[in-house]
Amino acid sequence: MRKRKKRVKDFATPYTVEAAVKKGNFATRLSFLIMGAGNILHGQVIKGLLYLAMEISFLVFMVRSGWYNLSMLPSLGWMLQEEVWNESKGIFEYAQGHNSVLLLLYGVVTIFMVVLFILVWGSSAKSAYKAQYLKEHGKHLPGFMEDVKSLFNENLQKLLMTPPLIGILSFTIMPLIYMISMAFTNYSKIDDHLVLFDWVGLENFKKVLSFSDSIGKTFWSVLGWTLVWAVFATGLNYIFGMILAIVINRKDTRIKGFWRFCFVLSIAVPQFVSLLIMRTMLQPDGAVNVLLKNLGLIDQSLPFFTNVTWARVTVIVINLWVGIPYTLLSATGILQNIPTELYESAKVDGANAFVTFFKITLPYMLFVMTPYLITTFAGNVNNFNVIYLLSSGHPTPVGSTAGKTDLLVTWLYKLTVDNQYFNLGAVIGILTFVVLAVMSLLTYRKTGSYKNEEGFQ
Amino acid sequence: MTANVKKQNTSAKTRRFITNCFVHAALAVLSVIWLFPIFWVVLTSFRAEKGSYQTTFFPKTYTLNNYIKLFSDRTILDFPQMFMNTLIVAIFSCLISTFFVLCVAYCMSRLRFKMRKPFMNLALILGMFPGFMCMMAVYYILKAIGLTEGSMIRVALVIVYSGGAGLTFYIAKGFFDTIPKAVDEAAFLDGATKWQVFTKITMPLSKPIVVYTILTAFIAPWVDFIFAKVICRADAKYYTVAIGLWRMLEKEYIDNWYTAFAAGAVCISIPIAIVFVATQRFYADGMSGAVKG
Repeated sequence: MRKRKKRVKDFATPYTVEAAVKKGNFATRLSFLIMGAGNILHGQVIKGLLYLAMEISFLVFMVRSGWYNLSMLPSLGWMLQEEVWNESKGIFEYAQGHNSVLLLLYGVVTIFMVVLFILVWGSSAKSAYKAQYLKEHGKHLPGFMEDVKSLFNENLQKLLMTPPLIGILSFTIMPLIYMISMAFTNYSKIDDHLVLFDWVGLENFKKVLSFSDSIGKTFWSVLGWTLVWAVFATGLNYIFGMILAIVINRKDTRIKGFWRFCFVLSIAVPQFVSLLIMRTMLQPDGAVNVLLKNLGLIDQSLPFFTNVTWARVTVIVINLWVGIPYTLLSATGILQNIPTELYESAKVDGANAFVTFFKITLPYMLFVMTPYLITTFAGNVNNFNVIYLLSSGHPTPVGSTAGKTDLLVTWLYKLTVDNQYFNLGAVIGILTFVVLAVMSLLTYRKTGSYKNEEGFQ
Repeated sequence: MTANVKKQNTSAKTRRFITNCFVHAALAVLSVIWLFPIFWVVLTSFRAEKGSYQTTFFPKTYTLNNYIKLFSDRTILDFPQMFMNTLIVAIFSCLISTFFVLCVAYCMSRLRFKMRKPFMNLALILGMFPGFMCMMAVYYILKAIGLTEGSMIRVALVIVYSGGAGLTFYIAKGFFDTIPKAVDEAAFLDGATKWQVFTKITMPLSKPIVVYTILTAFIAPWVDFIFAKVICRADAKYYTVAIGLWRMLEKEYIDNWYTAFAAGAVCISIPIAIVFVATQRFYADGMSGAVKG
């Protein structure tokens, strides 16, 4: 809390909306109604006109479609597409009905526009008050060209952040909000709600979280396997990757570069290629079974993706193949950073290899790599590629929407793309996020790299 | 030196020799396991027998026909067309996302403003949503602005690959963080603006990370197939390489195209592998840079 206050103080400014209301003169207050009025009357004509233009275009948008979009949001439409007999032409014509998907999308976009407009509105008030303040205190009032120039200097962040932010807002945040709002509707194949659907409140969450419903039961079993998978995939990758890195970094190991190259080469091959290859290799008639049969080690093909336990172990093991090189790559640099004095003094004290590993190497690595571990854990919970490309979630029990190796994400994919239960898919996406967010934020905020970001500069 | 110490020395030496042998043998076995699938796909790409299932591990006869088929058989799965599509999309999305990433990374690393920490938290939070959860939503949005038909699909793909690029700034930020601030301050004393420092000082000093960002952004469209599948749907004319390769393994094509798939995999893996091996240093640096306590 104290930190937050300090941060606010760091960027404190006298030009706030509050101050504009309290201390603003007529022109400043006028700009609450007519944006940019304050700027124009105080002499910043171009800036004021820009604000005014934004207000006008927003109002035009609201009148032309925004208002309708907002008014349709509560009901999401009710009119079905119908065939209407056209007397004069003597044919059936299609009267266009409502499409809830589009209505919801337009509604969300309109809300976005309104929020953006409110922000611009606030900034216009602030800017008007700033102009008034500078004028009253006899300070120089920057003209338009000076404002533009300041974008390249003290306000460089505004110039540089705006294009990426527009991208993020419109192609990451807006879709996300759109998807989240779907979780509260009955947009699914069930009861044919694909064109017209309604708000249903928390109905879907109840369904997914209940222990009695079939979807609910599937959810808990998939969640269980997802967590088991994420723990094993992260933990084993970390341990084996670190052991490998330590072994390669040993003083006595020769041709270190060559060994590293061998392991790194496997990441260099695009993941979907190597996983698809793995999948075909592990088929009943694939290369691995053929090889083992030719060697006379087995008579029957091993059930890599048909037996539940085999399938689960297989995906974890193959994930080791995928993941260990990454750990190796990032652990190598950190291992070389461990101060050698630590090892030397441990040697003087007579510590053997195991003691030095558990008392020096491991604590140091854990300290530095906690953020890496958290992101890997999150990445594994969301590890779509490995599961989808390898086992596609199979083996799948008859009549179930999820297979035994399905993670929450692959199940989400199956629910939305294969089964068209868009609402349930959205609920599962949100729940996945909740699980991850709670865990990561709690741990991440405790790590040194977050608290002490500039410590090494 | 007494005989006793000497004896101890030699026994320690033999023990170390045995450990070393063991370690190198283990590393050799592991490397073979790691390289086995790669070795196998290279073999398959030269295999003359068609079909995905075979009775021998090594091909009976070797041929170059798979590569020739891949680039000349344009009737069913038009690989050259897919290659061009991916190239176009990759070039544009690489330009846009490099620009976005470098801008955001520079702001996060060098400039101090009110929205900095909130933005970094936001990036962290957004990273936790399953990536394709909003894929369908992105599709609807692109459809609403008319980018999902005909040649606009390419524009849609560029947007999909570069739109959210501003959130992946962590590695570049880690690199910028390591450039001493004294360099900037010296330039400010000489009257440089922040923009000049960004373009004339930080950028030239950061050539490695710029190259790294360009390359990773360029590779993304070649290796992603989930987003591409959703955007392209059934419009085979605009398929990217990844969907093409994926389709070659579908039931109706696998018998004829399996070996060609291996050839295609080799073709796109070689350049990516070269790029990756050449830039892996930055990956490791970025990781350790981002987590430096």
